[in-house]
Amino acid sequence: MKVDVKKVAKLANLTLTPEEGGKFEKQLSDILQYVEKLSEVDTNGIEPTSQVTGLENVTRADETIPSLTQDGALSGTENKHNGFFKVKAILDND
Amino acid sequence: MNYKTVIGLEVHVELKTKSKMFCGCAASYFGEKPNTHTCPVCLGLPGALPVPNKQAIEWCIKIALALNCKINEFSKFDRKNYFYPDLAKGYQISQYDLPFGHEGSIEVKSEPEARSQKPEAKLIRIRRVHMEEDTGKLTHANVGGENVSLIDFNRSGVPLVEIVTEPDFENEFQVVQYLQKLQKIVRYLNVSNADMEKGEMRLEPNISLSEISNFQFPISNENLPEYKVEVKNINSFRFVDKAIKFEIDRQAKLLDEGKTPAQETRGWNETKNATVSQRSKEEAHDYRYFPEPDIPPITYGETEISKLKSQVGELPDEKIERFVKQYKIPYYPAEILTRNLGIATGYEDAVRIGSKANIGSATIANVVINNKIDFTGTTPSQVVDLARESARKDEISSSELSEIINSVLSENAKAVEEFKAGKENVLQFLLGQVIRKAGKKLDTNEVKNGILKIIKS
Amino acid sequence: MISTTNLTIESILEGYKDKEFSITEIVSTYLDRIEKLDPQLNSFITITKEDALTKAKALDNNLTTEQFNNFPLLGLPIAFKDMYLTKRIRTTAASKVLENYVPAYDGTVVKKLKNAGAIILGKLNHDAWAHGGSGENSQFGPTKNPWNTEYVPGGSSSGSAVAVASGFTPLAMGTDTGGSIRQPASFTNTVGLKPTYGRVSRSGVIAMASSLDTIGHLTRTVKDSARVLEITAGQDNLDATLHKELPESYTKNLEKGIKGVKIGIPKEFIGTGTQPEVKEVFEKAVKEFESLGAEIVDVSLPHTEYGIAVYYILQTAEVSSNLARYDGVRYGENRTFFGDEAKRRIMLGTYVLSAGYYDAYYKKAMQVRTLVKKDYDEAFQKVDALIAPVSPTLPWKLGEKVNDPLAMYLQDALTVTINIAGIPGLSVPAGFSGGLPVGIQILGPHFSEEKLFQIGHSFEQQTNYWKETPKL
Repeated sequence: MKVDVKKVAKLANLTLTPEEGGKFEKQLSDILQYVEKLSEVDTNGIEPTSQVTGLENVTRADETIPSLTQDGALSGTENKHNGFFKVKAILDND
Repeated sequence: MNYKTVIGLEVHVELKTKSKMFCGCAASYFGEKPNTHTCPVCLGLPGALPVPNKQAIEWCIKIALALNCKINEFSKFDRKNYFYPDLAKGYQISQYDLPFGHEGSIEVKSEPEARSQKPEAKLIRIRRVHMEEDTGKLTHANVGGENVSLIDFNRSGVPLVEIVTEPDFENEFQVVQYLQKLQKIVRYLNVSNADMEKGEMRLEPNISLSEISNFQFPISNENLPEYKVEVKNINSFRFVDKAIKFEIDRQAKLLDEGKTPAQETRGWNETKNATVSQRSKEEAHDYRYFPEPDIPPITYGETEISKLKSQVGELPDEKIERFVKQYKIPYYPAEILTRNLGIATGYEDAVRIGSKANIGSATIANVVINNKIDFTGTTPSQVVDLARESARKDEISSSELSEIINSVLSENAKAVEEFKAGKENVLQFLLGQVIRKAGKKLDTNEVKNGILKIIKS
Repeated sequence: MISTTNLTIESILEGYKDKEFSITEIVSTYLDRIEKLDPQLNSFITITKEDALTKAKALDNNLTTEQFNNFPLLGLPIAFKDMYLTKRIRTTAASKVLENYVPAYDGTVVKKLKNAGAIILGKLNHDAWAHGGSGENSQFGPTKNPWNTEYVPGGSSSGSAVAVASGFTPLAMGTDTGGSIRQPASFTNTVGLKPTYGRVSRSGVIAMASSLDTIGHLTRTVKDSARVLEITAGQDNLDATLHKELPESYTKNLEKGIKGVKIGIPKEFIGTGTQPEVKEVFEKAVKEFESLGAEIVDVSLPHTEYGIAVYYILQTAEVSSNLARYDGVRYGENRTFFGDEAKRRIMLGTYVLSAGYYDAYYKKAMQVRTLVKKDYDEAFQKVDALIAPVSPTLPWKLGEKVNDPLAMYLQDALTVTINIAGIPGLSVPAGFSGGLPVGIQILGPHFSEEKLFQIGHSFEQQTNYWKETPKL
């Protein structure tokens, strides 16, 4: 099956070169072809498992703990200004 | 051409928990220095994991119960995946197919009505009530000649309850009613301050116009217009009205020209007094929802839900009904007295104290309303004193009163004749004259009896 | 002259108490060896020599019985797969995206080990983002197998396995999402533990696939492995997927022996897909178990053949979401710095979750997951544990499979269903073939690590393969 690599890359916030696009298209198609195997399995009435722990209701009390300092929060990047993270202007106002 | 307006609402209510939804950072952010209430979790640092806030979940369920929703006994969180700089993890933890609350309803006023009567009700169906986390905040600036966006993650991870209605609204009046009611309810529940200007209650109406004019609400799927426009960035009650009116006009003009309004997201721009198209949201998002693997599911059994329901307490509408019956006051004053819990409780305390001094609930109501008392600076006892004061009649001796009455009767002989001839309402006029002449606060019953006695004699 | 190839965690900690050597001596010996021999193997990304020696010296100046009592791993050298966040020590995920990232916090397990007195020697190389089964996907160069440097050491915890096998550290922390501890352990003659999902906190370890990731470790012996789990296991307020109850000890009943223990062999694991050389080693191991008194039972795990398909749908979907935070805004570089394998998995995961495909792929995989787990649950009704080969083949040559991602994925066929079911697995040395190590894995029900250690220890003490060390 043909994978629209451009569309998937956009959705995944990745930029691909044209060569990469071609290469990945083939590889992804091969892998997807393989996983089609699953259609052989009869899953009628089988509940999906998204958690193997069997746990429920794991929560925490509404209490505060100390936060990182402003410096600590910003320590991972050089792109900062007056205590804010800084990026190129996003054109839309929310 | 006449179009029928169809509006559905999405409201986000910010809960006033101490800590954030999935971490222990303080949830308060208004006025704080940027990025001072963050941690690996809400900052989306590598390796950080979410742990849900129990209080937030219970408050969300209480809101759902107050909106007459069914509560899902088995519920879970899901990841909503999309990229935006204010979304630290690149996904928002929200709820997709098993929200905490669903299929509820609430009544709002259908049209503006005369104040004294109970207004006609419009039923608004609540589709879902669910829990999610807030994003960081983006502001725009120019730094060193470059246009940049600045991000503050203090707000990232603050608990939000999202309330979605069916497209049941017919006009902006009903929308404003709904918002006011919702605001009142969450304040009653003490789970949010719901101040629109502070972003504690956010509204996104979906507006469309139907060319089919002969359907009844609730609108069926076939009659739903084929497009809808989402409007964002409405951050005060007065803008709600303006934005919806503007949007209805804009859409009507397009339809008049034979065009279908584009299905899109628009933002309210207060300087332009208009809604403006938002480019980046034009394509439908593919959020690729899947169950949140880091958080086990949440189950609430019947007993626990009952317990939460009992904690919900008397809601505003119920309180209004009860005040009307119990305190024998009309609907409109009852509504004013129940505007917030502080006033309502203060009023009831004042009535209790006043009853010992034979001061009636209606009198207390008048005093509270006329003096705009909100019980933040006045105690219930003080209100009773005030009531006593206004009920107090000035002293007057019976001889002085008789003298004044005789004086008035002789000055108004014609009126006296008319009264004797059967015109009963002249008595009211004579009463007024006596009180005016006396220049004091007199007991009207006493004066009436005095007048009658003298006339009849 | 101390030779690290003679040392285990146990002998080091005993040696400190008996004053056989000082902490500084041991730490220096390890560091010298790394400096001398690692360049040919490339198992370390960052070596924290100064800090380690400073810490060692400070501990030596304050060695009391009380110290030994309060700090169960006092002075133990340790290294972490570079997926573990270590405060003030560069943490790269073996990727150029985080090439210069220095975390502001320690992960929970890092804290626990530090609090137990361990000394960090450095951060270990691995397949970038834990994506791989050979060590060749690292953006810091591949790691080589010390038993034959033309061959892969396995992955993704390649550096962890190689460092222990080569005597660079007695303990290396790793992660196992689809076999990433067990397989490299099997390829390097070391002991690798994949704990039960929900046994050890994942907080502070870079997430690969949230419902499959486990936090485990590599050591030379089973007893060492059990000792470490006593420190790392347990509740953590920062991870909501953890199990609360903890056994009293993992080492107390280690010598129990396996007489009468029912051990199952899943027939699907020794089918046509498994190389004859691997089968040969495995069959020899089975005989050892029989001689130790275990009862060998044939069992079936019928959904084994669907493991790869389920795994590469669920795992990549979760990967695509977990790697979304790497956008260069708050830390690290932007997304153009991702390597090929990361890009491949992100796109695959995005695809299987996307509109119109979710039901056919992701939901279907979750349903088959239920069936895979059921296979194990039913097998464990009949037997106490299972044994099986870890890899269908012997280690392969560097470069042999890099151009065929699917071929590489199929190498995971015998490890992924363990992660899908969430059960624990212990990989132990089981011999050699053509000079290359072959391990076997011991599998048990959820939270049965104590039993796995007993079985593994019995086998190890009988066979003594762990005593072999590669010539470097």
